[in-house]
Amino acid sequence: MAKYVLIETRDPFESSDVAFYHDLARRLAAEGNQVTLYLVQNGVLPARPGARTAGLEELVQAGVEVLADDFSLRERGISAGRLQAGIKPSPLDVVIDGLAEGCKVIWH
Amino acid sequence: MKALNIIESAYRATIEEQDDTIVWLTHAMKGAGADLGVLLRGNAVNYAALGQDAAGLAFGGWRQTQPPRLADDITALVAKGVAVYAVAEDLAERGLGPGDILNGVERVGRDSLPKLLAGYDQVWHW
Amino acid sequence: MSDKKTLTFALMDPPYESARTTTALRLIDIAVRRGYAVNVFAYEGAVLLPFARQQPHANAVHGRSVEEENHLLTKNVVAALAVEATQNGGKLDWVNCGLCVDERGAGEAIEGIRRGSPADFWKMAEASDNTLVIATR
Repeated sequence: MAKYVLIETRDPFESSDVAFYHDLARRLAAEGNQVTLYLVQNGVLPARPGARTAGLEELVQAGVEVLADDFSLRERGISAGRLQAGIKPSPLDVVIDGLAEGCKVIWH
Repeated sequence: MKALNIIESAYRATIEEQDDTIVWLTHAMKGAGADLGVLLRGNAVNYAALGQDAAGLAFGGWRQTQPPRLADDITALVAKGVAVYAVAEDLAERGLGPGDILNGVERVGRDSLPKLLAGYDQVWHW
Repeated sequence: MSDKKTLTFALMDPPYESARTTTALRLIDIAVRRGYAVNVFAYEGAVLLPFARQQPHANAVHGRSVEEENHLLTKNVVAALAVEATQNGGKLDWVNCGLCVDERGAGEAIEGIRRGSPADFWKMAEASDNTLVIATR
């Protein structure tokens, strides 16, 4: 099985296509792949407590690791210490780590 | 190395460029020996639609003589041996039935995408 | 096995239009700080990222002079990334898609930028440990 890093720059408030990407993440994980969904730019907006998450919590339950770029969080005044359950703050280095490890890294 | 070009962006600057720049890029890379597949998704599934016609634009005295011919370009990719897929649900959502799309474009369901992606070393989402 | 990797990035956005550009430059910065060999294929509007004729300006809304504003110019960022790459034992090979340069009149790039084609992107990708495409919308 493969490792995927799915970079999500879009947010569900502006783009209905986020649902496709979440669905892809879920399907890849269900097939036994190791999947990380990396939220960056406005993609971190659903990570704020109380925000509509568009199913991120289901992804976490499905075994997808959901990370949020710490700079994007700070830029938007979202406290890294208080995110929606299951979402972890992370430096952008994780994407370069994924590339270096040979993960399939896909930008959305 | 096999790479899958996932094309989602549709009709973005295609009149100005007189091409879809990613379909064009795929042709150019294929010509350079690349081993590529194409997955049309989202609005880009409309590139497989029959009957597209962007001809006839004029701006003042300037007339466009080479409009984009996207369906021809997709057909040409198939003829060159590039596997071209389109997400079935995206076609259906846009009212495109089996008789409405180009020959040679293979419909794939969303449930088949993990398997499709697994068949490529690189997956590039445009 | 070397820790030093070779990565290729394909960029499409012109400067000053999208947050994608900032994230892309941040990623390249991380990679060059690690001493990786980094290839960039600049396609479409991204050929303007190293455009030599970018000029800083003052900011009257904030009452800042040209010097005080210290406006980010992407050509300076690209140059700084190239220096960072060399200092860390890596390299930054930036290729501007030639036809994209022509149609945009973006021929004047900073030193070190090469003109190329989609064939270069494929060659770079084939020779890399991995490739990330950051497309425009």
